[in-house]
Amino acid sequence: MPTKSAALEQVGKSRSTPKKQSRFLRYLPLYLMFLPGALYLFMNNYAPMSGLIIAFKKVNWRKGILGSDWVGLSNFTYLFKTKDAFNITRNTLLYNITFIILGTVIAITIAILLNEITHKLMKQLYQTIILLPYLISIVVVSYLVFALLSSETGFVNNTILKAMGKDPVSWYTEPKYWPYILVIVHVWKTFGYDCILYYATLVGIDHSYYEAAVIDGANRWDQIVHVTLPCLLPTIITLTLMSIGKIFYSDFGLFYQVPMDSGPLLDITSTIDTYVYRGLIRLNDIGMSSAAGFYQSVVGFVLVLLANWTVKKVGGEENALF
Amino acid sequence: MVEKNKNFQVVAHIVMIFLALCCIFPFALLIMSSITEENELIRNGYTLFPAELSMNAYLYMFKSGTKIVSAYLMTIFSTVVGTSCGLSMTVLMAYALSRRGLPGRNVMAFYVFFTMLFNGGLVPTYIMYTRYIPVSNTPWALIVPSLMVNAFYVIMMRTYFSTNIPDAVIEAARIDGAGEYRILLTIVLPMSIPMIATMTLLIGLAYWNDWKNGLYYLQQNKSLYSIQVLLNDMLRDVQALKSGMDAAAAAEISATMPSTGIKMAIAVVGVLPILIVYPFFQQYFVKGITIGAVKG
Repeated sequence: MPTKSAALEQVGKSRSTPKKQSRFLRYLPLYLMFLPGALYLFMNNYAPMSGLIIAFKKVNWRKGILGSDWVGLSNFTYLFKTKDAFNITRNTLLYNITFIILGTVIAITIAILLNEITHKLMKQLYQTIILLPYLISIVVVSYLVFALLSSETGFVNNTILKAMGKDPVSWYTEPKYWPYILVIVHVWKTFGYDCILYYATLVGIDHSYYEAAVIDGANRWDQIVHVTLPCLLPTIITLTLMSIGKIFYSDFGLFYQVPMDSGPLLDITSTIDTYVYRGLIRLNDIGMSSAAGFYQSVVGFVLVLLANWTVKKVGGEENALF
Repeated sequence: MVEKNKNFQVVAHIVMIFLALCCIFPFALLIMSSITEENELIRNGYTLFPAELSMNAYLYMFKSGTKIVSAYLMTIFSTVVGTSCGLSMTVLMAYALSRRGLPGRNVMAFYVFFTMLFNGGLVPTYIMYTRYIPVSNTPWALIVPSLMVNAFYVIMMRTYFSTNIPDAVIEAARIDGAGEYRILLTIVLPMSIPMIATMTLLIGLAYWNDWKNGLYYLQQNKSLYSIQVLLNDMLRDVQALKSGMDAAAAAEISATMPSTGIKMAIAVVGVLPILIVYPFFQQYFVKGITIGAVKG
């Protein structure tokens, strides 16, 4: 193939005359195609980046954002003096680390099991069903969780605990259960999608590797450890890297909506995202919420670069994201 | 083909059946709860096999009517408009980026990619969409902010185009005198049906399921709520169903409303279209995410 494509490139080159203008005209339609999306990204993503300066200002709408007074780091000192700053950072990081580790292990295990199944129709049925939770909104998930955990009418209190002869639990006011609940809900919602991603890589593994392993006397477990997992490694690195890039961000709905914004749970369910939302829209405290938002954007960005750099050093260029 | 181990098969089936049940159970509970008689609900809670069934929750929901119908219309409107705009922009961008030899291609790709690495966050975005580009409290609030172009989808699609459509095909069409738009419409798109279907589903789902735009940008105009935003409001307060009704009708409804069951009925109404449409899209979806997703 290389000779053929090289020949085509030659054809392409000879067609574009040396004159700059015709080269530009040739590519003009492609630039025009790029434009609408680029404008949208400029408005929706790039313009707000400049708004990060709000974190260093005391916003006064009569003067506008640019005209408002600079206040240096006072928004930040204010934020980091509260115990909230530590709390939301700890929660965001710990939940995400748990999600990454547990989610990856579960998704890979299930992808391997799914790959074992030879019955075509059943395999497809399982795939369809485990993807279902990924498709519904977190608001509907909140209703599902409510149906299970509501203290008066919930399934757990009325059916499971009653059958076990235990007293009902007031789930929405007991913080100690929520780390588990949130992890279960998150894994329930996302494992199907991650599993399909790993499964796709699994299907692509060359069968001769397994045959060679069998000749060397490898049993099923040896094959998984010495063939399957090494072949999955690039996918694991890519997906984990992407999750680490988002480690300072959290699913707002999961932490705000699923616990129903319940006061007694706040210490254990607040993340940076829910904190920024509460500060901005409930309390209308632009200074503090923009400081928290700035902290999230910048530290999040540094973490992506760091994760990518580490992978480049340890795993080589081809595993890095960029 | 290596022979598969029988015991492994059995274990795999047992685990998968268990997981499938875990995935389905909450939906079954939701649907059964919505058709359980109200007193039975108060006595025994939400169960899979209620002693007494009743469609009262649905009857009341539709009696209190206009709110839910208008929310549905808003959801359909924002999903259709948002998905068509978003899909067109994504396809056009991805195609331009997939063309080898385009001067400046790397810079353009980085321009898209960078939005995945860094962003301004909620506060500046909120201020922009409420003060400088005032979409808040208009129907555009559900369509414009955040959802339209996702850099990850653009890159996914670009990868699909550049790995599945041979350069030779595009070059041949160019030599025959076809312009870029002709090539995209008559050659590239027909060769990318699974990816287009996946993209439609992903962007469409993002719009259908979105409730954050409504929560942030429709605070002063609840009549524009989409179904998910309404659901979000009602999770803690079923009474939100009545806002906008005249006082007499509202009083009559709330005196007799089966408030425990109606919550579940409304959630069913919100999720049912997805449960119905999904099986038809399923094969494309699995194919699409597995082709394009991993190598970005």
